[in-house]
Amino acid sequence: MAQESKRYGCMAFFETPEALVHAVRTLRQAGYEGIEAFTPFPVEELDEAMDIGGNTIPLATFVGGAIGFVGMLAMQYIAAVLHYPIRVGGRPFASWPAFIPSALEVTFLLAAVAGVLALLAGNRLPKFYHPVFNVEQFERASQDGFVLVVRMEDGDASRLREMLQGLGAVQVDEVAV
Amino acid sequence: MSASLQDEHLLTREHTYTSLSDKVGELALRPNGRLWFIAFVGSLLLTLLFVAGGGELLAKGVGIWGINIPVAWAFALINYVWWIAIGMAGTFISGALYLARQKWRSSLNRYAEAMTVFAVSVSGLFPIFHLGRPFFFYWVAPYPNRMALWPQWRSSLVWDFLAIVAYLLVSIMFWYVGMLPDLGSLRDRARTRGKQVFYGLLALGWRGEARHWKRFETLNLLLAGLAVPLVFSVHSMVALDFSEGAVPGWHSTMFPPFFVAGAFFSGFAMALVLGIPLRRWLGLSDIITLKHLDNLAKMMLAAGLFVAYNYAVEFFMAYYSGDPYEIAEVRDRLIGPYAWVFWTVVFCNVLTPLWLWSPRIRRKPAALFAIAMLVLIGMWFERFMLIVNSLFRPYLPSSWGMFYPTLWDLLFLFGSIGIFLLMFTLFVRWLPIVATYEMRKLVHELKEPG
Repeated sequence: MAQESKRYGCMAFFETPEALVHAVRTLRQAGYEGIEAFTPFPVEELDEAMDIGGNTIPLATFVGGAIGFVGMLAMQYIAAVLHYPIRVGGRPFASWPAFIPSALEVTFLLAAVAGVLALLAGNRLPKFYHPVFNVEQFERASQDGFVLVVRMEDGDASRLREMLQGLGAVQVDEVAV
Repeated sequence: MSASLQDEHLLTREHTYTSLSDKVGELALRPNGRLWFIAFVGSLLLTLLFVAGGGELLAKGVGIWGINIPVAWAFALINYVWWIAIGMAGTFISGALYLARQKWRSSLNRYAEAMTVFAVSVSGLFPIFHLGRPFFFYWVAPYPNRMALWPQWRSSLVWDFLAIVAYLLVSIMFWYVGMLPDLGSLRDRARTRGKQVFYGLLALGWRGEARHWKRFETLNLLLAGLAVPLVFSVHSMVALDFSEGAVPGWHSTMFPPFFVAGAFFSGFAMALVLGIPLRRWLGLSDIITLKHLDNLAKMMLAAGLFVAYNYAVEFFMAYYSGDPYEIAEVRDRLIGPYAWVFWTVVFCNVLTPLWLWSPRIRRKPAALFAIAMLVLIGMWFERFMLIVNSLFRPYLPSSWGMFYPTLWDLLFLFGSIGIFLLMFTLFVRWLPIVATYEMRKLVHELKEPG
């Protein structure tokens, strides 16, 4: 019991995206780790402030599309050449130009499916419970609030609270697990 | 709010993050209005007609329609092409305008994408119903079966089947993934337990963390990049259903671009037909502004001119080819038994859109609505012209025959409109009809340009 952490971290509310970005930068300079920022729309400055690098979605989409294209061509080749060849007017069995349209459509489909799966996997969704939802005011983060969470499972958070308030947070809460 | 925002008229009132969230959130969460209820009941009744028609069709077969040899393709194919074309604008607004960084798309893309999803769903029903035995429609898909049969890969019908499936699924994914943040907004605003659970499940636990947004934006960009070539390919496949056939008036390489243009035209018309009542009855005129209507009307005009050009080229090519059957087909268009269809098409699709050259008309919602309705009607008759006028007089005069629709044909047409409207009224009622997160981003960007 004593070893179990009861806290997820500290949550601070800001009124503008600029204040949030500024707070993220300052906290990172002060050496805080595990910073999460929640915004009601994508704020581009956060990518740089939080050092968010690339992600695997383009790769997943490409792989999905490649599987779709090669797989569909292969299926048509197997069907029309190996498994069930039908001679029609002396035309070649492997009439690849006629195989392109199907391969194209399946490429689009599997590329999109792979991209969506990569998004869900990367964002760990669906996930219906998350500690941040324990703070009642967190619902502002999907409307007009700009929310910062600093992970801090144990230890004294009073310095962090002071710092967040100094950065212009209108409210600071502790997030229960 | 800054001057640039007012100048561009993309948002007419001084909106903030809060006011936007409140406004769109309230639309989904407030109690039913009477007007909504009337729309719901009306479309439900039409849908029930469609269901009854479907039952009759399954029991008796396609003979209940007016189709026969030589005109074996009629309303079912007309409706199919008409509906799938209507989906084009949604994909174009959310895909191509996103890639082109057009800010004005943000107010429109959500309902336009919904329009796409619903129109494509409705259109997919018609080729299935048109099969003699609809319950075997899945035979066109490749799957392991005891008959050891494969689809005919060289047939445009197989291409078209895969195109519709891919288009429908990609449109649904694009629409749903884009809606996740807004569903999260609704979940957080909902005050009753039922709604919290409903939106909570749909939102999949979306929290709006910065790393999540980054992946979300990456995926949106990629899906937009995929959707644009996909939608062009889909309408090309629809066109190939026709141009693969050795039928006068069909067997032409210009069909794919012609169908893409026609799809643009009717898609933007439907975007106006849905958007104008939405802004009026839901009080969205500060989000879907006159500037948006103006832009949609310009797109419709451009597409209409291209379609008119295609009509002219079809005539030119028929005479230029010197082929007597091609020439006979266009002569029938002009003065044959179905000439009234052609002249209706000319009136609705060529002459009426010329009003859109006037900036005054482009900013009059009532006039725009009327023009867009005429365009939708004209595009339906255009497909009637393409299909029936090419089929009713085949090469052998002994096989000639007229096509007359039955009541069941009309019932399926109006019933399909009912299904579409039913889905759309439910969407308007329960889901976020404006991409709120994009509008917040727009407010943010317009506040401090650069």
